[in-house]
Amino acid sequence: MTRKFLALSLLISALLLSVSSAVFASGSETEESNESPTEFIMHHVKDSHEWHFFNIGHTHVTLPLPVITYAADRGLEFYMSSDFQNHDTHLFGEENAHNGIFIDSHEHLGRVDGGSIMDFSITKNVAMMFLVIGLVLWITLSAARHYKKNGAVSPKGAASIVEPIVIFVRDEIAEKAIGPKYKKFVPYLLTLFFFIWIGNLLGLMPGAANLTGNIAVTFTLAILTFILVNINGNKDYWKHVFATPGVPAPLLPIIVVVEFIGLFTKPFALMVRLFVAITAGHIVILAFIALVFIFESYAIGVVSTLMVTFINMIELLVATIQAYVFTLFTAMYIGGAVAEHAHDDHH
Amino acid sequence: MDLISPSSGLIFWQLFGFLALLFILIKFAWKPMLAALEERESTIDNALKAAEQARNDMANLKAENEKLLAEARLERDTILKKAHDASAKMIEEAKVEAGKQGAQMIENAKAVIETEKKAALAEVKTQVATLTLEVTEKLLRKNLSDEKAQKDLVDGFVNELKLN
Repeated sequence: MTRKFLALSLLISALLLSVSSAVFASGSETEESNESPTEFIMHHVKDSHEWHFFNIGHTHVTLPLPVITYAADRGLEFYMSSDFQNHDTHLFGEENAHNGIFIDSHEHLGRVDGGSIMDFSITKNVAMMFLVIGLVLWITLSAARHYKKNGAVSPKGAASIVEPIVIFVRDEIAEKAIGPKYKKFVPYLLTLFFFIWIGNLLGLMPGAANLTGNIAVTFTLAILTFILVNINGNKDYWKHVFATPGVPAPLLPIIVVVEFIGLFTKPFALMVRLFVAITAGHIVILAFIALVFIFESYAIGVVSTLMVTFINMIELLVATIQAYVFTLFTAMYIGGAVAEHAHDDHH
Repeated sequence: MDLISPSSGLIFWQLFGFLALLFILIKFAWKPMLAALEERESTIDNALKAAEQARNDMANLKAENEKLLAEARLERDTILKKAHDASAKMIEEAKVEAGKQGAQMIENAKAVIETEKKAALAEVKTQVATLTLEVTEKLLRKNLSDEKAQKDLVDGFVNELKLN
């Protein structure tokens, strides 16, 4: 059935492509495009001060978001993103300054008088983060309620979704990667897994923000892991960094430098991996969608839709895999920090 | 809003949001959930162990029962054998005793018979002697009633004496 459908779609596309290429060649000149494909993609991938859903004709359907600023001389101030926009084009710019504050076309906050100002706005990603947190809370708390109400019985409802994941994270990730002291770290790993997983999945929804593909988010998560790993590092761990056993004395300065850098490359890898995996997926999907607007052809539309569906399915997989990988690597770094290992059998 | 330079506002909110999520979940979700899971796992473990224990107990009980049964059987056999032996012995003894008593009785009867016989013979002898004496007396009285007979007798004695 699916195969037939796919074959038919391809045939139709090929047919339409041959017909429409001539039309496209002559018609593209007349179309006024207010957004280049790169801008279109980057607009969707990056953070923003307003939540833009779609346009109907020239009407922008958006959710204005709170803009919270802090400046040493002005204190905390609250505005709405719509205060800083052109009401027709919904574009930010220095010319739309409000109360001495503006948001430039790159969505950076600035002051008309040139002073410094900090941006604590509830941006699209912050709003998205609250949504993700809300969903995670709803799912996990309703699962926890089942156990509170019924005691240690077999899972039902939300508990039957959450419980296998909890057991998987506890037994397959925490216990295997950390070793005997794993129990203390299971709650952190679970929170990490659920936040990233739900964030990845919600990020795939049309109109959603690219939360887990934002470097600030992955940076924060990586920093938390970095702190957790290093405050739990035992004697062996620090000895391994600053007095690596089995290394000849002349080489020790080099090795120590490498090991020290290694402390930071681990969370850096975590940060970049999640950011790249999720953002790249979004860019690929958006690129296929952008193709439709570039070529303005039904054929491309059919092919793009098929490709987008296909990539979306892969992205569902990636969403889970990346949550798993982030959690697993966090557990492994913690495992390296708390393990009391004999060095001779390790490196 | 740049793609690869993290914005401080989002870092702040992410840190705040994630830590809040972490603490709420630790307190209200993960702790009760993990505790319940552990409790359930230990309950299942204990139940399995208890079942195993019960099975072992059952097997032990069965073995013990069989042992008891075997012992009881053995004891019954012993008792039966003893009873059999005792009865056989009693019969044997009774037989011997009866034989002895019979022999004794026969012996006694024989002795009595002998005594009776002797007594009877003695009686008979006395009777015969008495009868003989009476007959002899009668004969003598008859034969010696005349002179001639007396003379003959004396002659007879005399003759006999001569011979001596």
